[in-house]
Amino acid sequence: MSETHAKPAQTLFDKIWNAHLIRHLDDGRDLVFVDRHVLQETTCAQAFRKLRASGRTVLYPDLTIATQDHIVSTKPGRTEDSNPTGRELMQLMRSNAMSSGIRHYGVDHPSQGIVHVIAPELGLALPGSLLACGDSHTSTVGGLGCLGIGVGTSEVEHVLATQTLALSKPKSMRIVYHGTLQAGLTAKDLILHTIGQIGVAGGRGYAVEYAGPVIEALGVEARLTLCNMSIELGARLGFIAPDEQVLTYLQGREFSPKGNAFTQACAYWRQLRSDTGAVFDKEVQIDCSLISHQVSWGTTPEDVVSVDGIVPDPATVEEPARRERLTQAITYMDLQAGQKLAGLPINVAFIGSCTNSRLSDLKLAAELVRGRHVASDVRALVVPGSMSVKREAEALGLDVIFRDAGFEWRDAGCSMCVSINEDVVPPGARCIATTNRNFENRQGPKSRTHIASPAVVAVAALNGCIPDSAMIQPEAERSR
Amino acid sequence: MSAVERVDGVMALIPRCDINTDAIIPSSWLRTASADLGQGLFGGERYDALGQEVPGFILNQQPYRHAKVLLADENFGCGSSREAAVWALVQFGIGCVLAPSFADIFYENAFRNNLVAGIIDVETYQELKTLVETHSEGMAFRVDLHTLTVSVSDANNSLHNRSWSFQMPASRVQAMIRGDDEITTTLHHQEDISDFYKMASSEKPWLFPEDLVGLKR
Repeated sequence: MSETHAKPAQTLFDKIWNAHLIRHLDDGRDLVFVDRHVLQETTCAQAFRKLRASGRTVLYPDLTIATQDHIVSTKPGRTEDSNPTGRELMQLMRSNAMSSGIRHYGVDHPSQGIVHVIAPELGLALPGSLLACGDSHTSTVGGLGCLGIGVGTSEVEHVLATQTLALSKPKSMRIVYHGTLQAGLTAKDLILHTIGQIGVAGGRGYAVEYAGPVIEALGVEARLTLCNMSIELGARLGFIAPDEQVLTYLQGREFSPKGNAFTQACAYWRQLRSDTGAVFDKEVQIDCSLISHQVSWGTTPEDVVSVDGIVPDPATVEEPARRERLTQAITYMDLQAGQKLAGLPINVAFIGSCTNSRLSDLKLAAELVRGRHVASDVRALVVPGSMSVKREAEALGLDVIFRDAGFEWRDAGCSMCVSINEDVVPPGARCIATTNRNFENRQGPKSRTHIASPAVVAVAALNGCIPDSAMIQPEAERSR
Repeated sequence: MSAVERVDGVMALIPRCDINTDAIIPSSWLRTASADLGQGLFGGERYDALGQEVPGFILNQQPYRHAKVLLADENFGCGSSREAAVWALVQFGIGCVLAPSFADIFYENAFRNNLVAGIIDVETYQELKTLVETHSEGMAFRVDLHTLTVSVSDANNSLHNRSWSFQMPASRVQAMIRGDDEITTTLHHQEDISDFYKMASSEKPWLFPEDLVGLKR
């Protein structure tokens, strides 16, 4: 082909966006088609109420599915009645879904789980597709090369009524990870480190493509973890180009294409990558060789350090607003400037959430926990991300490892990440969690949260304190 | 949606950056569909453990209990997508938030609920902040969507009519002034949408497999 006919190099983001563009709107925004829409019970009640009030109906109910996850009880064997406070929102979504012809995954359904865990599991999120959900962590499905966008309730109503979103097209950013990730480190450490580097507003207004050799070497579930926390960079969208691993992952899933259609899909998916020479509005390079186990010390996800690190000293910060914020965070977290994180006693250890509740996360934690016991006075919980994850873990005997070690083994849900159900950290207590937000009061009034990987949280549960990196080794390696 | 042209009233200041939506409306207020979100606004810092008002918190003080404009620092509304953060502000009585920047999802949610999210430059933020801090009795402002300005509306104040600009996309301003309903606007393109779906289904049948949309249901 002669150069004059060559298409300009495009980013993967442009390719997927253009494939969903219905039309440019007069106000400069784009009207894009939403291939899949997922509902959760705490952000859709008002959308259905307003839809009804305006006499509208759901345009394409087959393209929306609903799952109860946020306010559900996670007590083993729970029903819709186990958490009476949550019954209203659960029943509202169930009846709204039923009357609109929307598939509903309630606590009684074997595939129930956290939206961002079941969307990939069920094959609802597909590479090159666009998925919307009334939850800011929807970018999780970016791990499959799907554009997952978190929306508010008015936009949920908009998708129900029109199967579209009217969006200002974000700018594009690429974050390239190179170097060698040290053994034992995880996608969680990568993303926490990234947020620490570019800050909670660094990705605002951007769609982020994560790329580079370190990303290519990550497993599919690890990619979901990485993309999950794009919103903690301020980005609504974060994704990774799909590869053969992703195609294999999708084969045979309930709503994945089958037979010929799958072959056809694979041909399409294999082209989904940014062209050589594609120009990004912003590029960031991350040297992974410098990363160690990460833990948050403060009250925003950019307040992260190595587990071997110390609480920063606000006095060294020049900018007054930032100095003030760090000071307030140190006070809220009951820490001292310069204090070491390792050795800090914890009261609660939580393994779960849309960030880190998949089988690979539970396997990693179980490997570290096997044959040991949770420290006295520590409450430790494992909340699988879906009932499918729970069954798979039980088939491997992970539940026994966790239970024997003194962990609670719960049913699937968001649980102690958003603490809108009954799983709440007591006031003043310190929780180390595999979750995504460490805001003040996030896990309950006056709760203190440290976010980290499943490995760090598991070892913290055993020791009753934040571990240093030397402590984070499986039994086999420790006894060597 | 009802039309909005201006917001008049006292400006309250929360001089922090990265104010997240969990802080604006804590999850404990989101457990039912009918909670009084205006009561829950900034609930985590507005009330103590016993549910009593914390006197030092700005919105518990006069005249800020009736604040109509909120001034905050960078990246207002980050974190969770919960639109209840916007509903809480609106139900409390806030009609406009002014900040140097807003988080993406909050910004979108604001317009859909007639909450003016005005972007001000950092110098304006500093000037307004100083003004509000030095007038502890409270200062009344007018936020005008026609002129995209915020001005001192208190006739007794020596700065009466002093004004500053804020930014808001022109299309959003017009939509708010007209009181457009976004879904109605989108449904003008209903034919384009169904054509697009038909085309996508035929070009990418694998994207809409029978198990999902076919007769198997």
